[in-house]
Amino acid sequence: MSAVAEPLVRIRGLRRSFGGRPVLDGVDLDVRRGEVAVLLGPSGGGKSTLLRCVNHLERPDAGFVEVAGEIMGYRYRDARLHEVGRRGVARQRARIGMVFQQFNLFPHLTVRENLVEAPSAVRGIPRKQAAERARELLARVGLAGREDAYPAQLSGGQQQRVAIARALAMDPELLLFDEPTSALDPELVGEVLAVIKDLADSGMTMIVVTHEIGFAREVADTVVFLDGGRIVESGAPGEVLARPIHERTRAFLSAVL
Amino acid sequence: MSDSDTTARPLTAPDPSPPPGPGRPGTGSRPVPSDEQLLNAKLVPLRRPGQWLSALVLLVLLAMLVHTLLTNSRFQWGVVGDYFLDGSIVRGLELTLWLTGAVVATGYAIGIAVAAMRLSRNPVLTSLSFGFVWLIRSVPPLVQLLFWYELASLYPRLSVGVPFGRAFASVRTAHLFSGVPAAYVGLSLDVAAFASEIVRGGILSVNHGQTEAAQALGMGGPRIFRRIVLPQAMPAIVPASGNLLIGTLKATSIVSVIAVQDVLYSAQLIYNQNYLVIPLLLVATLWYVVLTTLLSAGQFAVERYYARGTGRADRGGGRDGFWRIVRGNVPLFGRGGSLAGLS
Repeated sequence: MSAVAEPLVRIRGLRRSFGGRPVLDGVDLDVRRGEVAVLLGPSGGGKSTLLRCVNHLERPDAGFVEVAGEIMGYRYRDARLHEVGRRGVARQRARIGMVFQQFNLFPHLTVRENLVEAPSAVRGIPRKQAAERARELLARVGLAGREDAYPAQLSGGQQQRVAIARALAMDPELLLFDEPTSALDPELVGEVLAVIKDLADSGMTMIVVTHEIGFAREVADTVVFLDGGRIVESGAPGEVLARPIHERTRAFLSAVL
Repeated sequence: MSDSDTTARPLTAPDPSPPPGPGRPGTGSRPVPSDEQLLNAKLVPLRRPGQWLSALVLLVLLAMLVHTLLTNSRFQWGVVGDYFLDGSIVRGLELTLWLTGAVVATGYAIGIAVAAMRLSRNPVLTSLSFGFVWLIRSVPPLVQLLFWYELASLYPRLSVGVPFGRAFASVRTAHLFSGVPAAYVGLSLDVAAFASEIVRGGILSVNHGQTEAAQALGMGGPRIFRRIVLPQAMPAIVPASGNLLIGTLKATSIVSVIAVQDVLYSAQLIYNQNYLVIPLLLVATLWYVVLTTLLSAGQFAVERYYARGTGRADRGGGRDGFWRIVRGNVPLFGRGGSLAGLS
């Protein structure tokens, strides 16, 4: 893990409730540049909502998320937080890649078009250049030569690797993974985790929601255990996973291991 | 707060309220606000000058419309009031209502069958269904109406019997297809053709896995269609059907050309005598507006019903949902409040 003083992601006092039920109940978290933070915890514990708050797909009720010095969804000026418009949020999000559980590839576009669309539309990169970059990225995730396939022609693991390549095509500073292997056959999980691990080794900053404890142990710099919308315990995987202090963490780990 | 029930192990998350003093090291020349400042900062909703401006323009136009409606004496609102509940208008209204109801009910019964035929694997049924939709959609409803009305000049007698053989019973066509039956048959066929395409589109939007799951449970074809596929197709069917229903309500006004006394023809009969054309057209118009408003409200209720279980409706049921909708529809006022949830 590279040790840069200022964290890339700073979350403070984050709260979000749905229909009166608190899903995030005051979360504070830092993620430094180059760090891989893995969020663990039971379903409904707030992991996915926390992740979606980071790129402002969910709007917090209270507290804030700061990514690379900017408050997501707001601009600080004169002791006030001014809401930014859709374009402002889109600009902030363009620096943050996200990979979804259900891949969410655009089914009506080929693999190449999936990778070219955003860089050319958002960054103004010429399509030819973006296509060249798409070729490199596909090679990097082990899918060289599949540019002309449609998503439906690929296996789940291949689709998820395309989704990762699509996120990388925007050259993000931060990558968010929302249970990237939960919709995959067990035999396909490994190929996706290998790609994520490769990204971690290359120094990409990542926040990963997963149930793969083994992957967390191997790749995470920090393991964060969330339950009831709060961080119950967090620290290095060697500590949290091997010697959990909190009873809820122990119960969860013994149930999933 | 997160550290209230956390153990002694140092968190990655630092103390949420760092000691006061110089803020965090800034990257630029401007001082970087502390967490405390950020959490206590007042939220300023995004300003939307374009929305205010366009709202203003619309309000002015609306005021002009209301002004002219009230001040132009030629609208003769008094006359409109006199005839609004006139006996022949109300009888015309009743005909418009039951004709619409009968046409839509018949049209959808046929339309659903035609859609099922089109989606079947039987090539005869598929072709028949395709041909029916093609033919009916090609003929303007007014022309179709006139054909049914004039059927007697094509076939003076209609009979039931063996094809090319003996007839058991026959009837004079002119008796069978007077104005109202001609309108009912013509409009029903028209609605059937359009309804079948709406239903077919809805059925195609249902994931095929649902059919397979029902087949795996041993359910029969018709039951799968009625119990599994059609209910799931409804969210796609309802908005288009609301359109068709309202369109049919208004399309029944074409029966005035074959002298069927619906609400419009009743109004025309009156103004042909007293020459109060505009006020009586307004009477008919206002009734169509009232009925369309009721139908739209009904469509909203049906859409909510079929949205159950989709998650879109789950996030605020009951009164909470109602107020959420009200708040969400006051578009010019953004969410206020403060971010300070901690201090």
